Amino acid sequence: MSSSSSSLQTARLRTEIKRRRRWDLVFIVIGIFALLLGLMTLATLFIDMLIDGWERLHPEFFTSFPSRRAAHAGILSAWVGSLAVMVVTGTVAIPLGVATGIWLEEYAPRHWVTNVIEININNLAGVPSIIFGLLALGLFVYSFNLGQSIRTAGLTLALLILPVMIVGTREAIRSIPQSIREGAYALGATRWQTVQHHILPYSLPGILTGVIIGMARAIGETAPIITIGALTFIAFLPPPPITDAPPFLSFEWLEAPFTVMPIQIFNWTSRPESAFQHNAAAAGLVLVAMTLIMNGLAILLRYRLRKNIKW
Amino acid sequence: MSTTTEFLVSERLARRNSRRLAERLIEAVLFAAAATSIFVTVGIVYILVTESIVFFRHVSLIDFLTDTQWTPLFDDAHFGIMVLLSGTAVSSIVALGIAIPLGTTIAIYLSEFASARMREIAKPILELLSGMPTVVFGYFALIFVTPLLQRVIPDLSGFNLLSAGLVMGIMIVPIISSISEDAMRAVPMALREGSYAMGATRLQTALQIVIPAAVSGIASAYILGIARAVGETMILSIAAGMQPNLTWDPREPAATITAFIVQVALGDLPHGSVGYQTIFAAGLTLMLFTLSFNILGFWLQRRYRERY
Repeated sequence: MSSSSSSLQTARLRTEIKRRRRWDLVFIVIGIFALLLGLMTLATLFIDMLIDGWERLHPEFFTSFPSRRAAHAGILSAWVGSLAVMVVTGTVAIPLGVATGIWLEEYAPRHWVTNVIEININNLAGVPSIIFGLLALGLFVYSFNLGQSIRTAGLTLALLILPVMIVGTREAIRSIPQSIREGAYALGATRWQTVQHHILPYSLPGILTGVIIGMARAIGETAPIITIGALTFIAFLPPPPITDAPPFLSFEWLEAPFTVMPIQIFNWTSRPESAFQHNAAAAGLVLVAMTLIMNGLAILLRYRLRKNIKW
Repeated sequence: MSTTTEFLVSERLARRNSRRLAERLIEAVLFAAAATSIFVTVGIVYILVTESIVFFRHVSLIDFLTDTQWTPLFDDAHFGIMVLLSGTAVSSIVALGIAIPLGTTIAIYLSEFASARMREIAKPILELLSGMPTVVFGYFALIFVTPLLQRVIPDLSGFNLLSAGLVMGIMIVPIISSISEDAMRAVPMALREGSYAMGATRLQTALQIVIPAAVSGIASAYILGIARAVGETMILSIAAGMQPNLTWDPREPAATITAFIVQVALGDLPHGSVGYQTIFAAGLTLMLFTLSFNILGFWLQRRYRERY
């Protein structure tokens, strides 16, 4: 009697366990499905653009200016503009971001000022990009009179990606063990000597990862650049930085009006004719390829970093 | 022999003063760089507030909050921010309706079920999804997703909040999944082991042990997702149209706060006109929203943080 009831209980328990195990399996299927949905969207986006834009991707597309006739339009002024803006952004954001990261990790005293700076950087990271555009419009364009130029756009994007650079630098520096610093100090090195000879070289790949991710974000940003009033139809290039008359270097290009890749794509997307949308797809492919290459480089760097360094 | 060492030491000591000065200088430069970020925030607040003050001299705050029309560029100008807020709210709700379930599921799967190898491969690819330029997502929503949805919902207009919201949701998934996953993986193994020892399955452990323990991190992931959805610009200005429209129906076109700013910036508005000031008032509203989400996230994280 009692043995049969206990075997009945065991059987019930077994079915119960089986039922719960089944839920585990169901969840795994749902999880993989959710993951695939994300990846499939990425693939669909890519394939859709490839189908729409492939025929436009011939060499002349890269060497022609935008045109009223879709078949003759190209992205010359857009990619040159993007490149020029990125040069300004990098020149401003990389030193500022790395210096801030070093100060916060190696120098900052435990003090309310440090707290304010840290909280402030976290907040800035969450500010929508279009707000940076409004800042630039009010401050750079109308207060400092920098115009709707490459200079203004570069500065705006630099401020936008500053938090990315800072966080990347801090993470890279934080992964260096304390014993390295103690060793340097024990040999009589000053703070800056420790940073210069040890902290910076060791954290360089990590910092570079953050820099690349930040620049990849900047190159795809559209909203703040529209807000400062970049022109959408530019059929000329900024003046070259190298001239044939002494001093052979010219910074006139900083003040030139410009367009960038995302603006060109936006402009073509908002045209009703489908021919222009093929152009948008082709330019989109180029832009996506740029960001993918940059992000891929960052992932590769991070991967090699994790593999090679064992403290 | 001894004199040379003495000489070297004294020479080094002599160099120490100048070195100390250089150290001070370097520290000051680094601090100046760190302080720049404060000026950025001050600049944003200053610009938004001063331009908005000018705006509110022309438009009363009560009209701004209660008017049901938004026609700042017409002769009969109305400034009811509710119109833009409804577009922002509907598109964000659609986006989060996609991003929160998907993101959370992916986070649980990657943190509790997937192998380390799977995680190594899936995470970077997901990150690529959120690193895509938003203008490309906008193109995708307008050219691919909207026609697809029109087959299912025939009366869907060419510009609509639904497809923009859906694509925006997919874009936000990686933000939610990666932060939630980090929070879940920070839960100590001992808690899971205790749960398994009591006979719980992996799903039971995930839902009843890991999620409650990681709730503060997951909540801040959601809030970051909300802030991102509210501030998203390009997808909405491309795929949802830029027509101000007080609606709660995602099938309709409508302008969000961000899309309105883009629309004005595309046109040629003279500096100092009321229309020009309007975008700063809209920007201030947006900023207040994201700021309060940030503060809420900060508070949630403090309030519900589990310490081990």
